[in-house]
Amino acid sequence: MKGEARKKFTREVFSRPKSLVDVRTHFCPGCHHGIAHRILAESIDHFGIREKTIGVACVGCSVFLYDYIDVDVAEAPHGRAPAVATGVKRAQPDKFVFTYQGDGDLAAIGTSEIIHAANRGENITVLFINNTTYGMTGGQMAPTTMLGQKTSTSPYGREFRNDGYPIKMAELLATLEGTAYSARVATSTPGQIRKAKEAVRKAFEMQIREMGFSVVEFLSTCPTNWGMKPLDAQQRVLGEMSEYFPLGVYKERRQADFV
Amino acid sequence: MKGTAAQATGRIEIDFERCKACELCVPACPKTCIEMGKGINRQGYAAAVFARPGDCTGCAICAEFCPDVCIRVWR
Repeated sequence: MKGEARKKFTREVFSRPKSLVDVRTHFCPGCHHGIAHRILAESIDHFGIREKTIGVACVGCSVFLYDYIDVDVAEAPHGRAPAVATGVKRAQPDKFVFTYQGDGDLAAIGTSEIIHAANRGENITVLFINNTTYGMTGGQMAPTTMLGQKTSTSPYGREFRNDGYPIKMAELLATLEGTAYSARVATSTPGQIRKAKEAVRKAFEMQIREMGFSVVEFLSTCPTNWGMKPLDAQQRVLGEMSEYFPLGVYKERRQADFV
Repeated sequence: MKGTAAQATGRIEIDFERCKACELCVPACPKTCIEMGKGINRQGYAAAVFARPGDCTGCAICAEFCPDVCIRVWR
């Protein structure tokens, strides 16, 4: 019976993208980094730009990008990925350059770099993974940590009088003139994953058409540091996090009007 | 109604050694074809198993969710 069923279905409709290296990842079970990696690899395959892509990884759980994505990757100091990407892109304008950063990296130590890279309209693509905490170092409070969220450095929950409010990077970067594309997506339902793919492709397209800076923010989970099961963490993204960080496209440039 | 293999319009394959048992694929399947298994893989996780192949439609939603990309889908 089994053998018959096996013979029957021969058209492969889903398999590992070519740009995603076939290795075991170091991510915790249920971490959405894996989904974001897959979407990134699928987009690279979609445009057929694997041979001319240069990635810039940052510090955090996303640091092992060079082991998982089958492209050339430069490793940047903490938060400095947009600055390194600027250098790479200016030295080799024909290459496709992207950075892949977490929220501790992009929204905390690298705020200056990201804002100025966006304001200069650098022709790079930034994938920003927002899981509201510092994942790799043990779940400390990040600028994106939700109010009331307990982390190892805010054991009584984040409180706005002491720690301020969670920063909304997609909206913030959308206000800058150099930004061509800014969107926030999530990967917690099949529809959201589809929209995320669309957003990443749009962001890639912006760079290919030389429109300027493009950024896609992913609402991700960190089951380990949130102290939740992967499925509960997914529900948190759909509920509390999507409420504060609304999903959607915040800016989309139609034509290169800044030239 | 429980489907038989003849009614299935697709099939999946879960990489037993690669699965980290995060369970994201279990509620994702509209036909509840996937269950958490009992067998422990080399990583130490009780990997998900393709429990009801008869109901599979090959929609690939489980594969879209799998963070470790260990599901392959045929139609």
